[in-house]
Formats: sequence, C-alpha cells, structure tokens
Amino acid sequence: MSPPSPVDPQTRREAPRLLFESGSPGRAGFYWPAEEGRGRLQIPAALLRDDIPGFPELGELEVLRHFTRLSQRNFAIESEFYPLGSCTMKYNPKVNEAVARSAGFAQLHPLTPVELVQGAMELLHRLEGMLAEISGMDRVSLQPSAGAQGELTGLMLIRAYLGEKGNPRKKIIVPDTAHGTNPASSTLCGYDVVQISSNAQGVIDSATVERVMNEDVAALMVTNPNTLGLFEKNIQSIAEVVHARGGLVYLDGANLNALMGIAKAGHMGVDVLHMNLHKTFSTPHGGGGPGAGPVAVKAFLQDYLPVPRIVKKDHAYELAEDYPKSIGRVRSFLGNFGVLVRAYTYIVSLGGDGLEEASRMALLNANYIRKKLEKGYQLAYNEPCMHECIFIDRLQHKYGVSTLDIAKRLLDYGFHPPTIYFPLVVSGALMIEPTETETPETLDAFCEAMLAIAREAKDNPELVKTAPHSTPVSRLDEARAARKPVLRWEPAQSKIS
Amino acid sequence: MEFPEGLKYSKEHEWVLVDGKTATIGITEFAQEELGDIVYVELPEVGEKVVKDDPFGAVESVKAVSDVYAPVSGAVVEINDLLPDNPETINDDPYGDGWMVRVEMTDMDDLKDLMSAEEYAEYVEQRKEEADEDDDEVDDEEEEG
Amino acid sequence: MRYTPHTSTDKDQMLRTIGLESIDALYRHIPESLRERAKIELPQGLTEPAVRRHLAELANKNASAADWSLFIGAGIYHHAIPSAVDAIISRSEFSTSYTPYQPEVSQGTLQALYEYQTLICQLTGMEVSNAGVYDGASAAAEAVLMSRRLQPSTRRRVLVSRALHPQYRAVIATYLRNLEGTEIEEIPFDAAGATDVDRLTQALGDRSMCVVVGYPNFFGVIEDLAPLRSACAKTGAQLITVTTEPLALALLKPPGAWGVDIAVGEGQSLGVSMQLGGPGFGFFTCQKKFVRNIPGRLVGETVDSHDRRGFVLTLATREQHIRREKATSNICTSQTLCTLAATVYMALLGRTGLRRIAEVNAARAHETLDRLVGEARVSRLFAGPFFNEFAVRAAGLQELWKRCIERKILPGVSLGRWYPELGDCLLLCVTEMNEREDIERLVTAVSS
Repeated sequence: MSPPSPVDPQTRREAPRLLFESGSPGRAGFYWPAEEGRGRLQIPAALLRDDIPGFPELGELEVLRHFTRLSQRNFAIESEFYPLGSCTMKYNPKVNEAVARSAGFAQLHPLTPVELVQGAMELLHRLEGMLAEISGMDRVSLQPSAGAQGELTGLMLIRAYLGEKGNPRKKIIVPDTAHGTNPASSTLCGYDVVQISSNAQGVIDSATVERVMNEDVAALMVTNPNTLGLFEKNIQSIAEVVHARGGLVYLDGANLNALMGIAKAGHMGVDVLHMNLHKTFSTPHGGGGPGAGPVAVKAFLQDYLPVPRIVKKDHAYELAEDYPKSIGRVRSFLGNFGVLVRAYTYIVSLGGDGLEEASRMALLNANYIRKKLEKGYQLAYNEPCMHECIFIDRLQHKYGVSTLDIAKRLLDYGFHPPTIYFPLVVSGALMIEPTETETPETLDAFCEAMLAIAREAKDNPELVKTAPHSTPVSRLDEARAARKPVLRWEPAQSKIS
Repeated sequence: MEFPEGLKYSKEHEWVLVDGKTATIGITEFAQEELGDIVYVELPEVGEKVVKDDPFGAVESVKAVSDVYAPVSGAVVEINDLLPDNPETINDDPYGDGWMVRVEMTDMDDLKDLMSAEEYAEYVEQRKEEADEDDDEVDDEEEEG
Repeated sequence: MRYTPHTSTDKDQMLRTIGLESIDALYRHIPESLRERAKIELPQGLTEPAVRRHLAELANKNASAADWSLFIGAGIYHHAIPSAVDAIISRSEFSTSYTPYQPEVSQGTLQALYEYQTLICQLTGMEVSNAGVYDGASAAAEAVLMSRRLQPSTRRRVLVSRALHPQYRAVIATYLRNLEGTEIEEIPFDAAGATDVDRLTQALGDRSMCVVVGYPNFFGVIEDLAPLRSACAKTGAQLITVTTEPLALALLKPPGAWGVDIAVGEGQSLGVSMQLGGPGFGFFTCQKKFVRNIPGRLVGETVDSHDRRGFVLTLATREQHIRREKATSNICTSQTLCTLAATVYMALLGRTGLRRIAEVNAARAHETLDRLVGEARVSRLFAGPFFNEFAVRAAGLQELWKRCIERKILPGVSLGRWYPELGDCLLLCVTEMNEREDIERLVTAVSS
C-alpha cells in the first residue's frame, strides 16, 4: 500500500469506482428489521434463490457520495449551454418539478377507481384540449411514452383508417432529412419506406411528392420546420397532392417549438402529428428519458385512437374503452403521467401568449447565432431559418479539422456541442438550436468560442483535432467498445474465463 | 493506396481472387478506409447461395453499416473464421488475412463485369474527386432529438 | 415573459445584428394563410403562486397513497423509497442532461447506466441488459419482436399466457397487428392460477415462435418455469418471462437460472414513485448470444486516449439513427432518470436490504391472506405459490368495496373487468407500506 498523499486536482476528477468495487460484506444503506413469525411463507424451496451474487454492500453516505461524484462528470442544462439542434434543450422550470412531486400526483395508483382521481383526469382532459388548440388539431391521445412511440401510434391510426376503407396501402414517403425514427416506425407498422430528396433550398417540392405519390402510398411523414431548421413552405400544396391520391399527412412535431402561435399543423393539411413534451413543453430530458409523445388527429381519425380515452360526462370524467375501431393500447396504464403533469404546469404558467413569445424568442436566438457565426463558418443553406440553423465544416476542412473536432473542442470552452452529422444529407453538419431561454450574453459567449475554434483550426489544428483537453476523460475508444462489448461488471474471477 | 494486380474489382468496392471456379472475396483498401475502424463483420454461412449484386454480408464501423455485395453468383464454400472475433483484420490486411468468403462460382461470365486493378484505381480516383467536390465525407453520424 | 430573458433592449440589439426591423419579420416567409390563424386561444399565463394553487386544487381531488391504504398492485407497486433516491435524481446534473452522445461530458450518466445494466443482470440472473425501454408492457412487445428477428420465418406463432397482465397482452397485440403472418394464441391458466402446461404443450409445435409468461404472473402466482422451459426447448420456441414486480426476484430463483431466453419487465417497483402508472421503465435482458438483436441503448466499457476507464453508448448500429428502416426498434429513449432511480435504490438496499424487504413483502402478504381467509369469509382463489400478490373470491363484493372506500382503503382490483369468469374475485397486493394496523383495518372492513 502506498503512503497517503495530498489530493492533486487531477485525482479529484478521477472516476469513482463502480458500485461493485467498494463496500463491505453485510453493509447496507437501508434499515428494516426482520419480521420473524409473521405469516407462513408457502413458497417451495425449489423456487427460491439464496443470494444475489455481486450486489452492492454500501452505506447510505457512500451511495450518495458515489452518485454525487458521478453527477459532477456530466454536462447539463443547468450548468452548461446546450445548443443541440432538434433536441430543444430549454430550461426545465423548477415549479414543474415541485408540482409533479406532490403526493396528489406522485402517489397515485393507476388502478384507483376513476371517481377517486378526478383531479388527475381533469388535468389530462384539459391538457388534451390545450395541445389540440396549440396544434390546431381536433383530438389528442396522451398515451404514447415518447416521440417514437407517438410516430408508431400515428402510423397505426393511419393504417387502421385506410384498412377500414378497404386498403391499408404499402408505403410511407419519408424525406431524406427525416429523423431515423420515421423510417424505423414505418417498418414496425408494416410499411415500406420511399425516400424523397429535398430541393436546393432545403425543402420539399410538391412536384417531388407528386412523382412518387400513388395509390400504394399510405402517408407522407414530414417534419416542419424540417431538420434543416427551414419551414416547409410548400406544405399546403404537398398535402393537397397527398390527399388527392387518398393518402394522409403525418407531421413529426419534434420542432414544434418553432411554431407556437406562428402556424398550426391543423391548418397545413396535417392529419396526424405527435408532439415531444420533453422538447417543446419543457419537461427534463433526464439523460435520455422519460419523455412523452402525445398524438393529435383530425376528427375523422378519432375513433382509431388508443384506449382508454378520457371522456367528460356530466361534470365527471370517465375512462372509456368501448371504441371498437381503436388500435388498442400502446403501453400500460395512461401514459407518462408524471411528465404530463409537468407539461400541463408549463402551459398554464405561460398561457397562450407566453407560448407564442417562447417560439418568437427561439427564432430570434437562432437567427442571431446564424448571423454571428457566418463570419467563421459556412451555412448549409442560405435561407431564413426558424428555431435552428445549420453550418458545415467546409472552411475548416483544408486544415484537416472536421465537425467532430469542432464539437469536441467546444467542450473545452464549456459548451455542449451542437447536434453533429445530422441531418445526413448535409455533410459535416453542425446543427445549432439555442432555444428561447438563453440570454444574448450566453449566445455571444458561445459564438465567440465557435469563432475562436475557427481560428484555432487554422493556426493550431492539432489542438482542435486532439480535443477535448479539459474533460474528465479524453476521446474514448469506441471501436474497442464495439468489437469486444463489455456491457456489465463481472467479478474478476469470471472475467478471466 | 494499393490495388493489387491480378485481382478483379467491383463498383461496390469488393475484390475477387479467381482460382479455377473458386472466387475469394473481400473489400478493398479504399472501402476499409472509407469505413474507418471496422468493429463487426456479418458473414453468410457455408452452403448459402449468393447472387451477383445482392448483399451477402455487412461490415460495421462504430457508426455506420455497409452491405457487402456479391461480385459473382455461387455457393459459399468457406468463410473467414478469423473475422468474427477480429474484425480489425480487414483494416490491417484487406487483401490478405482480411478476406471474407470463398464462393464456388456458377457463372464464369460474372467476371466480365468486373474491373482490372488499373480500371478500379481510376474509378476510385474519380469517386474521390466527386467526393471532394461534394465535400462528401461521411465518417460519422450522431443522433438528434 | 416567464423563462424568456430578453429585455426590449436585447431584442432591439439582436434584431439590429440580424438586420431586421421586427420579430415578425423572422417568419414572414411562412404563408400568411397560416400565420393569420395561428393565435393560441388559451388563458393568460399565471404567476407561480397561482400555478401552485391551481395544481394543488387538482392534486387534492385525488386519492393518494399519502391518505389511503393501498392494497393494489397489478403492475404498479407502492414501496418505500429512500429519500436519497429523490435527492440524487433531482440533481440537475442528471435530470437536465441529454442522452450521453458526447461521452467525454456524460460519464456520470454512462457509468450509472453501466451500473444499472449490471444490477439488472444480477437481479434477473441474465447475461445482458439494455439501458431500459418505456415500460414493462412495451418491453414485452419488444421481446416478442426480438424473438421474431431471431426465429426463422416459418415460426410466427406467439403463445401468450392468459395469466400475463391483460394490458401487456393488449400491447403485444397492438405491436404485432401490422406485421404480416404473426399470430397470437392465448394459453389458459390452470386451477392453481399458473399457465396450463398441458395446454401449452398441445399448442407448441414447429410453427411456434415464443412463449410469453408472467413471473410472477398477473395473479401473483409464481410460475414453475422448469416444465415451461423444457416444453419450449423440445419444440424450439423461445421462452420469454415478464416480471411486473421485480422485487420478487430478490427472493425467487431468477429467470436466468431457469434458462429463459429473454426476461423483461416493469422496473417501477425499484425506487420509482407510482405517478398514476408512469413514467417507470421497462427492463430488458437476454442471453448474450442475442445481443446484436437487442432493442434500445447499450452502454459499454472502454478506455480513453490516456488509457483511463470510461463508458460509451455502444453497438449503436442496431439503432434507428443509423440503421433507419432496418433498425432493431424505433425506440430512442431509455427512461434514464427512472433507471437512475432504480440504480440508486438497488445500491442503497443492496445485497441484504433488497432481500430483507422482499421477505417482509412476502411475509405480510401471506399473513394478510391467512387472516382474510380465517376471519373474513373470503376464499383463496388459486393454490399456486405467490410473492406479495394473491387473488381471493369474496361474496358481496360491491358491499365489501363500499365498506373499504368509506374507510379510505383500496382493497385491490376487481378481476372481473379482465376475466369475466372471475367476476366476484379481487386481486390484492401487500407490501412493506401496509403496516400492521392497515392490515387490521382491511380485515375488519372486509369481514364486517
């Protein structure tokens, strides 16, 4: 054993050992006395286990310190600016958290008789109405757990509706700028994907849709604003083309934060859309969930929505299951209620005008960054942007510096990188979405860092290419992780075998 | 970049070494370089039929998947057992230890459509020029939303 | 305006930089026919105290576990959650971070997920766990879809135990409804409340894809997986277990020890509050040889350029953002904050604590059943062994229900809504949150 020495700053930043590598046999961070002699256990011995080998044996403070130290190895909205395109990393208000944790919401069992959870039902029913109003649609289901499940639900509604009319059809048209979930959800719904390209201005032409639209196509899935941050200005005529051949229009509402009070999906010819409450409606991303992905439809599709549905009858709310045309359930119980409470709180906090102001400021912030970064980076499309803007790494290429390097170098400046290499149609994309909750001072600091990196790319490319230099770990060997996957800790003994 | 003489090359960047009716198939140095670190190789089973221009396997890097297309039709008689556990062999030695499958060809005419080393070198050069124009470097992709 | 920090000076200066005269000009390219009708007709925003008052009014109309005695399980469980769990998941470094695509600044989340995967493997006895999916029901559906990818196209019959949670059966049906050629057959339960092995054996054949059973099942009955496993093995079908109450696995022989192919379930029970049924998380485990077909995220261990241990998302080529229409699933969320809660919970309770609390659950549940049968003229419905949930038949269910509600007791769920033949039966759950006096009050209310 080496003698103790003062902690140098580098050691302080070392990773805590794994839960399984510390502790002592018999230790626990939890107290509950044994309850001998209460009830005769009638479980045959053959069905029982002796022990959970390898499980942690730690005290409460040890556990807290472990996770506190882990937390310090994360970037997060409340410590860093997160200009992640298409992810809408806006501030997650504290009041939402406080409300969602109250016993009257957090400690409800989903199978409590509905007459005993009328407050929860009222909240959900109102939230459905609010989301319908914001999107210009007629009916909403809050059941889907996240955006991708919302997509699947929406496509299933379309399939059920077309099937009822005699032919569910075979294909979904998806633009090349779409999120990967769009084609993946289409496959899961039994559809083939027809990919179409956007034009030189980064949007879809109705002529392009016209060329592929036929009686085999069930729907067009479109994101608006699209993932290039551009408003699909031909959306109404595109919808007409799709409708004329009996297809439906699905809107991926991932970028709804650009549209509140500015344009409604329901007026664009959209028949179904999903919304990401963890984006537009401020619920926390949580390091990758939970989210919520409500689906909104025009009235003619409402009979196909998932069950149960919340209905109001004489001042009381009921859960109704009797919709024979419904696609059924997509998950257990009523959805991610805890997330829905937060979104509801956000909407009543802002009101209609506040939501509109949020979208307007999101546009202002994005266009401000777009203007400032033009000095050092090339824009992917020279079109007016909505809530996000996209640059490419072409000017940096001649120094051997790529988008990935720029992203990693930003970490050294204390900023989370933009979304990179997405959408796929833009080579070396840097997709920047600042959201409305950032001050111009933060945007200035970010832009200065980006421009400094552009200078470094020219003067000292090696510095950028080997970044980051100040993070708890440097670039990680992802190839090694994928070649010989180690997906869990195992005791040293069994590791050898 | 090396394109050995004596091999035949396809537009999908596979190489073929012909020995009688047996064709040994792998991916070219250009292909492995485009992909970057190869982390996984998907191979057919011995006995499986492969059809010219149809995918018979795949190579994966950390963030991309590429189908490997059969340059000739036939039945698989041998697969490279080294690859499943050592996919990086393709990066290290694409024309040697990094071979993928051996196929018993059914139609020797399939070879007519393939390129010589010289033709392929030219083809790659063209591709590179186009890529430089488009700035089309797809080396990585990240998730959004 | 709330949450937007821009002063009017800020706006003016920013517009000047951009070179526009007004905010409206930023979106003048949107067709006017859309803009002119876009106003959101919702009330004005509220002050924070007004928001709190309004939400408190709604919350107060609900019967929460803070004031009521709950004897309901059926997929969501009321357990003691140490305060340390909420303290950790409330840390904004965890709650307001994004999916860890930039591993250099996400080691906290990534290591926690790696620890989560390990803990779930230890608890289930399985070889590989993903980082989590939406919920138990979609986990069950994803398990069936994975089996569909693994099995040849001649095997497209899914055998689902009728003793599996009814909502889970519904979700499996929804996920499969558009996938051509895949059929579902329900296997009845026997008098003990377990999946009828004889009927299952008859149904199994060379077209069978997989068998899906609850462990414990919806009636709380602990299935004996040995005959199910051997019936499956004989015919080449895969065995999938679905656990809605993973606390049981601290006491029971885990799915891995039975040779199960895919073991999934709902993880809410491990440190996540009930929240009217969501969000919790689905756990998803399988044998190692299936790892490349697993849906969702996976975290793996590696090293950085200075050879220090670090963690990354790995095997990402399975996922939708790379493989698009050929992905293993469309999912792109892993309920990370909920799996983090479970990780902290399992770390706190640990090797001895988790087992202790499982024993307490089982003991109190058995005691409650004994007393109800002995004193309250109800009869045990199924003879099969159980963990913390059991079904009883009770005469005069409506009256019984009324008496309980008057005493602020929720005496389980009525099975009739899912099983018409069990119209006079109740499914009860007893956990460590049901103190001796709660059980006393329940017995009194049921027997009076």
